[in-house]
Amino acid sequence: MLTEFGKIFVFILLAAIFVVVALFVAKLIRPKRPTKEKLSIYECGEDPVGSPWVKFNIRFYVIALIFLIFDVEVVLLFPWALSYKEYGVYGFLVGLIFLLILTLGMAYEFRKGDIQWARPEPKAINLKKLFTKESQIDNSSEIKE
Amino acid sequence: MNLYDLIFYLFAAVTLLSAAVVVSSKNIIYSAFSLVLTFFGVAGLYILLGADFIGVVQILVYVGGIMILLLFGVMLTNKITSVDIRTGTVNVLPSAIAIGVFMGLVTSIMIWTKWVSFPTETPLTTTNELGKLLITEYVLIFELLAILLLVALIGAASIARRDKE
Repeated sequence: MLTEFGKIFVFILLAAIFVVVALFVAKLIRPKRPTKEKLSIYECGEDPVGSPWVKFNIRFYVIALIFLIFDVEVVLLFPWALSYKEYGVYGFLVGLIFLLILTLGMAYEFRKGDIQWARPEPKAINLKKLFTKESQIDNSSEIKE
Repeated sequence: MNLYDLIFYLFAAVTLLSAAVVVSSKNIIYSAFSLVLTFFGVAGLYILLGADFIGVVQILVYVGGIMILLLFGVMLTNKITSVDIRTGTVNVLPSAIAIGVFMGLVTSIMIWTKWVSFPTETPLTTTNELGKLLITEYVLIFELLAILLLVALIGAASIARRDKE
């Protein structure tokens, strides 16, 4: 007799066992002849330069904050999604209004350009001549600045 | 000791061991990543206790969201290129006394409380009932939560936004 969470637990257990067994068996079988080249950090064939702990772009943090809000939204939608069918159109509308309110926030983010990646300020060249009409729409907020 | 107890002790061991790594690891990144495992173990305990929604929230919000914020916080605020991100141990004696007193208090409460246990083999799931309540009785609160999230979203974005002049 297995509950649904029991099944998930079996999956987690199997995944953990798989990783441990695979690494352990590989450790038993593989030859170990380390050289300086093999032990160095692999960086796409380039010679590694500097520390790997680089400072992240601040833009990632804004995206993470936005992600967190929508993460909580998913948490709240989760019980709704399990039981809205029993209430027909009413239940559907409840979720729809909930999502519409949050879509307002998403629209705000888009309008303010928070989702857009911070790019270096464009140099003093005539962008309108460089871009075609389509890419002008994509970069419209940047051109305005 | 049945299977349920075995799984409980497994999750408890995962939680405690990874929590020990969190406080003892010298590298703050290792601490942050073992905190993921701690949150995960706690989620497992919640689900074992029949609080399935709390467990799912724990995984979604803490393992998914809070950890990302924490890691980004570490990676953004440290001057990583110049400063070594390592932590030290200070004030061992006062903290040992404080922890000892707290542990004694918790253990004594644990021993002297008369625990009431309800033997149920498979606890009922709570998420579905919660959804029904959110749609019927607490529908206004449900929509207000959306507005709260909207306020948080706009507030977070406008605070974190780089000043554009």
